[in-house]
Amino acid sequence: MMVPTLGNALVALVRRDIRLVVRHRSEIANPVLFFIIVVALFPFGVGSDPTQLALIGSGIVWVAALLATLLALEGLFRSDFEDGTLEQMVLGLHPLSALVLSKVFVHWCATGLPLLIAAPLLGILLNMSLAGQLTLLAALALGTPTLSLIGAVGMALTVGVKRGGLLLTLLVLPLYVPVLIFGASVVLAAEAGLPTAGHFYALGAMAVLALSLAPLATSAALRISLN
Amino acid sequence: MQLNTLEARSLSCVRGTRLLFEDISFQIRPGEIRQVRGTNGAGKTSLLRILCGLSLPERGEVLWDGVPIDQDRARYHAQLAYLGHAPGLKLDLTARENLLFALSMQAVQEHVDIDVALERVGLDASANLVCRHLSAGQLRRVAIARLHLVSALLWILDEPFSAIDSQGVSDIETLLGTHLDAGGMVIFTSHQAIQVAQYPITTIELNS
Repeated sequence: MMVPTLGNALVALVRRDIRLVVRHRSEIANPVLFFIIVVALFPFGVGSDPTQLALIGSGIVWVAALLATLLALEGLFRSDFEDGTLEQMVLGLHPLSALVLSKVFVHWCATGLPLLIAAPLLGILLNMSLAGQLTLLAALALGTPTLSLIGAVGMALTVGVKRGGLLLTLLVLPLYVPVLIFGASVVLAAEAGLPTAGHFYALGAMAVLALSLAPLATSAALRISLN
Repeated sequence: MQLNTLEARSLSCVRGTRLLFEDISFQIRPGEIRQVRGTNGAGKTSLLRILCGLSLPERGEVLWDGVPIDQDRARYHAQLAYLGHAPGLKLDLTARENLLFALSMQAVQEHVDIDVALERVGLDASANLVCRHLSAGQLRRVAIARLHLVSALLWILDEPFSAIDSQGVSDIETLLGTHLDAGGMVIFTSHQAIQVAQYPITTIELNS
């Protein structure tokens, strides 16, 4: 009998999920296109006054990033749940929380990372200063993994529900509010020349908290959903 | 307590407001095979999921070597191979890629050769085809190929013969026979009557 190590299993899972993403490229394209379109629509609605855009720009980008993350969550466990591979993972040798973490990692690379790449472009569109743009990028880099991790818990709870989209939104969006508050206000602080360390500490603390607790909560929720 | 024994103690299962079955008790030891029988909706799949630990019974418990399965999941899962209602395959991956991934989740035999396993289930020609292009019977065969490679003692199989042709059925019968020869255990559901070498197939009836 040979027992595959946890490392081997995680490598296999990451490789599998990357393959699936590559063969389903629309999954990457949809959230980031949504993100860009939502942000680009705002100047049409609130007017194109550059000073006003600079003032609300970070908030717009963050709300759009939040909604794009939410949109992308559907792809996280749904297909594994429906085709039975999730059962095989639950009944496998390895701790489910570790498998969940590597799934969320690949999912973030496919859906969160493109948001970071698009963000500087949107910063220019919204007349942000260079300092503001760099701060926004750093805040998104620290904040979007938190959004994916928290979202995974909600997705795991609703994966067994047909058309659970609205339920997922109700569960997850309130939990996103702290990230939104600190993520948006850190950019304003940077543009006003104020210290930003405190905001980043708060975002970092939330990221660490999500990283340590969300995989456990997600694996428990998946077991409940399979029951 | 004898090693490698699965025991179900007075299991009952409720779905919604309906009682599917109650007071199901049995034991299974190495070299034994059990068929779960019952009409559609009698709770065959539910029973198998309870035995795996995927679902919780309304009452009763499942023990592996005398220990409730949820107390030592890792040890139980090392000896368990489950073939579910859904074949557990990604339609966007090839048969070979699917097997490679499935085997990273389970304890496997010393010498794992995916090509040989695919040949045994008659899929050597379609090994590198994306599973989306395979038929229902072929998908089932890919899932069966996994059983050729795992080292688990206890096989819990939900409708292993569905959509499989007669040649495939006798291939699976041979596979089950080899597994029982090696001291394995099998619990399966099927509406078909099957023959596994000299082993008597005792049934678990769910219609009461």
